[in-house]
Amino acid sequence: MAAQHPVPGSQSGLLAGEVDEFADDSTRASVAVGDAPRRIPTKRPFNFGRWFRQTGWRHIVGVVMVVFSLFPIVFVVSSSLNPHGTLTGSNALFSQIGLDSYVRILSDPQIPFARWFANTLIIAGVTALGTVFLGALAAYSFSRMRFTGRRFGLITIVIVQMFPQLLAVVAIFLLMSTIGDLFPAIGLNTHIGLIMVYLGGALGVNTYLMYGFFNTVPASIDEAAKIDGAGHARIFFTIILRLVAPILAVVALLSFISSVNEFVVASVLLIDTENQTLAVGLTKLVSNPRYADWSAFSAGAVMSAAPVVALFLFLQKYIVGGLTAGAVK
Amino acid sequence: MSTTIEDGTRQDAPPPKPSRRQRQAAAIADAASGGMKVFFVKLIALAIVDALAVYAIFVLIAHAQWVPMVVVVAVTAVVNWIYFSRKKLPAKYLTPGVIFLAVFQVFVLLYTGYIAFTNYGTGHNGSKEQAVSSLMASSLERVEDSPTYPVTVVEQGGQLGLLVTDPDGDASIGTNDRPLEPVSGVEFEGDKAVAADGWTTLQFADVLARTDEVTALAVPFSDDPNDGAIRTPDGSSGYLYVSTLEYDEAAGTMTDLETGTVYADTGVGAFTAEDGEQLLPGWQITVGFDNFVRAVTDARLAGPLVYVTLWTFAFALISVASTFFLGLFLAIVFNDLRMRGRKIYRVLMILPYAIPSFLSALVWAGMMNQSFGFINQVLLGGASVPWLTDPLLAKVSILIVNLWLGFPYMFLVCMGALQSIPDELQEAATVDGAKPWAVFRLIKLPLLLVTVAPLLIASFAFNFNNFNTIYMLTDGGPRDSNAPIPVGFTDILITMVYKVAFTGQTRDYGLASAYSIIIFIVVAIISIIAFRRTKSLEELN
Repeated sequence: MAAQHPVPGSQSGLLAGEVDEFADDSTRASVAVGDAPRRIPTKRPFNFGRWFRQTGWRHIVGVVMVVFSLFPIVFVVSSSLNPHGTLTGSNALFSQIGLDSYVRILSDPQIPFARWFANTLIIAGVTALGTVFLGALAAYSFSRMRFTGRRFGLITIVIVQMFPQLLAVVAIFLLMSTIGDLFPAIGLNTHIGLIMVYLGGALGVNTYLMYGFFNTVPASIDEAAKIDGAGHARIFFTIILRLVAPILAVVALLSFISSVNEFVVASVLLIDTENQTLAVGLTKLVSNPRYADWSAFSAGAVMSAAPVVALFLFLQKYIVGGLTAGAVK
Repeated sequence: MSTTIEDGTRQDAPPPKPSRRQRQAAAIADAASGGMKVFFVKLIALAIVDALAVYAIFVLIAHAQWVPMVVVVAVTAVVNWIYFSRKKLPAKYLTPGVIFLAVFQVFVLLYTGYIAFTNYGTGHNGSKEQAVSSLMASSLERVEDSPTYPVTVVEQGGQLGLLVTDPDGDASIGTNDRPLEPVSGVEFEGDKAVAADGWTTLQFADVLARTDEVTALAVPFSDDPNDGAIRTPDGSSGYLYVSTLEYDEAAGTMTDLETGTVYADTGVGAFTAEDGEQLLPGWQITVGFDNFVRAVTDARLAGPLVYVTLWTFAFALISVASTFFLGLFLAIVFNDLRMRGRKIYRVLMILPYAIPSFLSALVWAGMMNQSFGFINQVLLGGASVPWLTDPLLAKVSILIVNLWLGFPYMFLVCMGALQSIPDELQEAATVDGAKPWAVFRLIKLPLLLVTVAPLLIASFAFNFNNFNTIYMLTDGGPRDSNAPIPVGFTDILITMVYKVAFTGQTRDYGLASAYSIIIFIVVAIISIIAFRRTKSLEELN
């Protein structure tokens, strides 16, 4: 693996440009001009061999990886456009185009797809908001206040979140079924119950991420506001929350995606088909051996993935920034 | 965002302790700035919380749930104290999250520990009294030559009951849970009671619509389960049914009246005959370390536990390694400014990371289908490779799919880490005459590993419990037909826990929880070692 090819000419200049370009990506994308600032020291005649050794082979790697990344996606989009396809019928890519399978999965009385979709959006949305709110409250107090048990609290959060709720699913099921006997509104088979279980993980790795970001906001801002007569609630809600908006977006998105993806707890707690989420409903649908309508499933998959992918691409620069901050840390 | 480091350390230095005057001033400022609006919002929120708590307390008292009642009272009191107090500022911000954390993370963890020491599961999910009444109810047989009781199906609060008229003409009412009791305000139609105060009489059409529920009704004749129960096959006439089992409460034994077999409570949570035959359902008891002992010594269970554990480690390690190296390789390849279109490549390559993983895994499962899948049919020209049904190939398939799911994350992370390495190092090394490969291997890679190591550990922990990939792709299959639990050759520990607890004919919560505890211990040990190594906890000051 020939990793780094020395750049002829001003290497340091190029590498400095590289760092700048990254800052463009994550923090001020609007400034990014074209693909990259390029400085070519001297004009030389084009030489294919040299070009290939320096950048051409990178394109080959890129194309191979893009094919690898995209081919399941192309496959599922193609079969969703197939008007009436089984799994075999979906193999001829884009042979037939039509939206019939979308209509089928939305109108089939046996498959409450629209309900699953709405359930998923509600559960994941409320969980994301709750996680951000509870996590931001906690992160604020850890970041700005010094109190007995602060260090203990931070360590506890790190340690507790090492044990995923997944492992305690039996206990969660039994707890929620007991609660359901006493308070049917928040027990087994209710969305509120599931959201409460998810919020149990609100003070976890996300709080830790937010805590790091809160620390980057200078405390002098708080002090100035305090001198001007703002109380702690006003400082938190009107000043700090606005300054840390990027990390709130990242945490909300990560929490949203993980709730959309969550299968185990949802499948155990949500019993009625009508109440289930997309992950539970669609998984049970295709694991049913009698279900042969692959293109209807594909249509469902495309519709389910679309909002998440759109959100992801929309917030991409923040996510990349968030992950990178994690990596740098 | 990369300023986290320096700011973090600066922030963490404890500020000087404020003097008394400063604290007074802060308190006055706080009180003055809050205003009445904030105060009312707080008051209303607390009023709602308290109202819900009072409701919950009444419900808990009605069900005689004393321990949860005391907990609710205590928590409500503490919450009120915190939010009405002038101080306790950190607590005001921490309490909401901590309550959820305490109930749904810490408590369920401890509860998992408790369940692991019981025989909780199918056939053992209630108290001994419940087991007795359900055994008696399930072995009812009609008494020959017994009188016919005219009955009317009635309903109260969604629960069905029977309004029974004695041969003497007295009416009484009972449900599955409540033995027959005389009622007042009865309306007769001929000799038959047809309505009673507080109960809704079901019309004929309703009875037909709910036939299954009606025929399942067995209203105990009295408090003594040996007296039998009234059942109705048609919703209009009832007959006395008596159990073929006789319960002797003093001796704690069940006697089968037909065969004469005596089943005694031998302390295993079920009535057991001398030859070891058990009457199920039994009841829940604490069994000590039985589940753990069973998991590691029962040959049919220990075998699967060993290969599942080995595969779990192999899966997690190979997944982390493969995604990391592919991601790193790609980060290096695309970390070259002379290359055009890097952004487009990047967006296209992180698409697998943006799609919900359960969907991707289901789509891959379709593509890898042995007879109809895209890979066999199109890419391999009609081959019949058992991608998901051969024990070894299924593992390979899982690793390939997990590589597809995971490499974009590592790509992004490595990209960020590479760019944060100062260029001076590379310059200095180049000036000293180092070749690019040496610069990478001796300088960049070690620096990169320092920053990425915590994420690799987190990724290992994630894959260790990566339920979705396994469950959606192979469902743990191919199934191991020798094991008494529904386990397969690609199951990892967490999918095994799920299957033991929630699928198959018998659910064994006790065994599943014991497996959970074993995983807890393994994860804890790994985490402690890993954190010792990376000293990540040093950042927590």
